[in-house]
Amino acid sequence: MTVEAEAPPLTLAGDRARLRAFVDEHVVPHADSWDLAGAVPEEMLDRLGAAGLWAPFLPVEDGGAGLDMVSLGALHEEVGRGCSSTRSLLTVHGMVSWAVHRWGSPGQREQWLPALARGEQLGAFCLTEPGAGSDIQGITSTARRRGGDWVLTGTKKWITGGQRADVYLFFARTPAGIAAFLVPRRTPGVQVVPIDGVLGTRASLLAEIRLDEVVLAPDALLGPDGFASGMVATGVLDLGRYSVAAGSVGIIQACLDACAEYAQHRKVGAGRLRDLQLIRAKITDMVTDAQAGRLLYEHAGRLRDAGDEATLMATFVAKYFASRAAARHASEAVQVHGAIGLGPGHPAGRFYRDAKVLELIEGSTEIQQLTIAEHAFRKDEWT
Amino acid sequence: MSDITIDPAVPATAIEAPAGRIHEFITSRYPMVQITDDQDIFELGFINSLFAMELVMFIEKTFDLVIPTAELQRSNFSSVRAMSRLVERHQPPVTQP
Repeated sequence: MTVEAEAPPLTLAGDRARLRAFVDEHVVPHADSWDLAGAVPEEMLDRLGAAGLWAPFLPVEDGGAGLDMVSLGALHEEVGRGCSSTRSLLTVHGMVSWAVHRWGSPGQREQWLPALARGEQLGAFCLTEPGAGSDIQGITSTARRRGGDWVLTGTKKWITGGQRADVYLFFARTPAGIAAFLVPRRTPGVQVVPIDGVLGTRASLLAEIRLDEVVLAPDALLGPDGFASGMVATGVLDLGRYSVAAGSVGIIQACLDACAEYAQHRKVGAGRLRDLQLIRAKITDMVTDAQAGRLLYEHAGRLRDAGDEATLMATFVAKYFASRAAARHASEAVQVHGAIGLGPGHPAGRFYRDAKVLELIEGSTEIQQLTIAEHAFRKDEWT
Repeated sequence: MSDITIDPAVPATAIEAPAGRIHEFITSRYPMVQITDDQDIFELGFINSLFAMELVMFIEKTFDLVIPTAELQRSNFSSVRAMSRLVERHQPPVTQP
């Protein structure tokens, strides 16, 4: 007689219905106040950690839940539906965690992964500089050897989570090329300057990170030197792009939910807003684009889970579609709500501002257009 | 003389040299390019960071291996032959039925 082992219970991260309830209870009611205050509060960060949501894709042996990528996308969609700022913090923390998992030495993995998995240490991704955004090769931060140590100097800007992070994944030029370094926040010479009042994701704890002759031990280098710009940055940005794609679908869904509810109750003449054909057209487009965007990121996620290199371009396509759709529908959400949507603290305005950010980050819309077209022209199908 | 039978249950890695598969992957993505196994693909001008990542993922999936971080050096990816040697160093042993 054989006894079938019971499947392990779904963690919150892998249970969409529970995730949705978690976001509805702990995120949605507070997102507007966080946006106005300019910060996701520490208690929410702790709550995410207690729920195991910071980096659940990490293997169980590293403190994660071994969550598959499709489920990770669902997690980021649900959190993004509630609050794009909170989702942004999950995005960058996930990028750092994944980088350590993929390229870390055994010592680095042991030092960082359990704490990153639990959210006891939070990570932030530091690539963008005042003079280098889309042009990664234009970064000017430097890393030089001094004995066996590394000495880093440079400034990164618009760093999501930078105000709060415990460790920065910091990209700098070495004589061999561009390399990635793990920089603990409390290292002497690290200066964190908050950036407040940005247009969107106002609560995402943005900061400028300034390194002035910061000395790091040899094991601060993550992954290879020189070839890193082709590996660590690209791989990490791919995960970030995937998260943003899912988060964009979350905004579309939030717009749909808000507009459908408002249209159900808002009186117009003898009827309701929902009776008007042009309003129905907007709702239809939100329904369609939410489903289409979801299918695109799920497709990219399945490819990623299979280790299929086609995931890279599938993620570009998913992010391109979903971020542009989110911006479009967030604008329509304000339109549907009329003057009410223009008021301070109304979610439609937050959706509108947060969605605009999605068209700039993890590859601007224009970079997506260039990259996807270049990929299409690689093939000989149209000659 | 014994016949050689291709068993679909045996991974392709046991049958084909890595160089052939890698060469095919590159030329399928860039059909206008002709390369030899020893040519430096970076000097041909079409390799960007995105394609480098695709190469790594393709090699790891196709040959069922994880490339150690220490081996993520340009010299190991500069040519079809270099990548083939990388695979041969890290390919897991294949057991025949």
